Amino acid sequence: MAEYNEMEMMICVASRELEDGASVGVGTGAPCAAAMLAQKMSSPELVIMFEAGGMSPKLPEMPISVGDSRTFYKAAKAGSMGDTMEACSRGFVDYTFLGGAQIDRYGNLNSTVIGDHGKPKVRFPGSGGANDFASFCWKMMVMTPQNKNRFVEKLDFLTTPGWLKGGDSRQKSGLPENTGPYKIITNMAVMDFEPESKRMRVISVNPGYSFQDVQDNCGFELLKIDTIAETKPPIEEELRILREEVDPYRYVIGR
Amino acid sequence: MKIIDQGKGELFTDPDPDKARAFFRTKNRKMVNKVMELPDAIKEFVHDGEYLGIGGFGANRTPIAACHEIVRQGRKKMGFAGHTSTHDMQILSAGEVYDKLDAAYVVGLEARGLSACSRRYLESGKVKVTEWTNYSLTVRMKAAAMGVPYLPARNMIGTDTFKYSAAKLAECPFTGKKLVLLPALYVDVAIIHVHEADIYGNSRFRGIAVSDLDLASAAKRLIITTEKLISNEEIKRDPTDTDIPFHLVDAVCEVPFGAYPGTMPYEYFSDEEHLKEWLTVDRDPEKFKEFIQRNIYDCDNHEDYINLNGGSKKMRDLRAKELLLFKED
Repeated sequence: MAEYNEMEMMICVASRELEDGASVGVGTGAPCAAAMLAQKMSSPELVIMFEAGGMSPKLPEMPISVGDSRTFYKAAKAGSMGDTMEACSRGFVDYTFLGGAQIDRYGNLNSTVIGDHGKPKVRFPGSGGANDFASFCWKMMVMTPQNKNRFVEKLDFLTTPGWLKGGDSRQKSGLPENTGPYKIITNMAVMDFEPESKRMRVISVNPGYSFQDVQDNCGFELLKIDTIAETKPPIEEELRILREEVDPYRYVIGR
Repeated sequence: MKIIDQGKGELFTDPDPDKARAFFRTKNRKMVNKVMELPDAIKEFVHDGEYLGIGGFGANRTPIAACHEIVRQGRKKMGFAGHTSTHDMQILSAGEVYDKLDAAYVVGLEARGLSACSRRYLESGKVKVTEWTNYSLTVRMKAAAMGVPYLPARNMIGTDTFKYSAAKLAECPFTGKKLVLLPALYVDVAIIHVHEADIYGNSRFRGIAVSDLDLASAAKRLIITTEKLISNEEIKRDPTDTDIPFHLVDAVCEVPFGAYPGTMPYEYFSDEEHLKEWLTVDRDPEKFKEFIQRNIYDCDNHEDYINLNGGSKKMRDLRAKELLLFKED
């Protein structure tokens, strides 16, 4: 079996969620690597959109900014932030990948502050385009390391909407209908959300980990499906493309 | 229209379109020579206590030379639109230029990491912060560009981002759905960096527009910094290429490499080594003070700053990087 690290595993797992002909709003880093890998593996017609206005680029290398020239290299259009976000708001964008400093059981994310908003202990960037993508795109996914500092009982600040308070609270909130968190991909497991309660639920664990490991690295009680599968590890071809074409300088996979 | 909820953040600018119209009524319509030196333009059009908007996207086609000049001239107590502000914000934080912030994306430099200097300033409690999202600030500028007091959108709902914003949640009079109302953001002064402009301010840029077309229209005063000046004949040859027309513009400053150390599409890539130096040095307040002294206060202009950090050889390297000259397609 192929040797790989946990970041490579997460990127490969995430990339398989992006089917050919779908559209995805991404940022830099691991989500972008997943979209590039998908485009080069199985989804050549994947429509990649960047919030600064790059639409359908053929990424020559990993961008360092969601607005640098790589994000509209050989693109269909070098547009505007309005072009991208309005496409999302109209219902044109299927997926988005996000991250955050904290995530709760309903997939809500914090990327704004730790501590009091007026005089924060730690100030993070804030929403950026994350709240917009998560409000508008049909299916929101998260890629994040699994640990108790990130998977918390209560967020310090709810920057970006997941299933809000669970149940039908998101549907009732006024956010666009039938949108919401879909999959959470970590170094230990893949999770979805139980359809009624909208609580996070483990559906597969990565090779070398058990459900208990995932639970031990999570600050809230996780649900699990009856038969937890083992997440399919990267295949040679995925790793070759990821290492040689997507991220040859190991900006992301070397982390 | 029924208002259901409202954010508790402070609204730093007046969304009244008639007040804005009264100002735009007085703005000069004549196509006159607006070429100025950058320090003169900052002196004349950027004032303490006013609200500032910076074009581009963090470190992409961002008027960095102008940000340095604002710090050099010691502007204070400004309002600032933190609309994916990354290295621009790092510079303005170093000078403690603003104390009111509309935050959409702040303190980070995207994949490069967080700026300790920007964080220290926001964590000090000296800055009033109202939360938004990137698209919300785009929409707010679009509302101002349209001359209406707000526009509706469907983001921010159900979150603390809304709670700490100055938006309102209302019921749509047509569908009964909930809508976030985003107040128009008229900025007092905006600075946008472009590839080419004529002496009257007719401007062209290449690559993504980000939100600059709306920012240009939403600004009461607009400074254009340009990689180079071109003739008006060239503008007239194909007006479809004009992104920003002269009548929006108050000053045109020719600043070659004005976005350095950020990226200028099709011209030069960002100087990652130097940006990393910024991010490393700004963790240590004492060292950072010396660094800012050397790179901003002791420089007469942007050319000095570039020469300090590698000069024309560096710019040739960044051009090769931007154009992928040595990379197989």
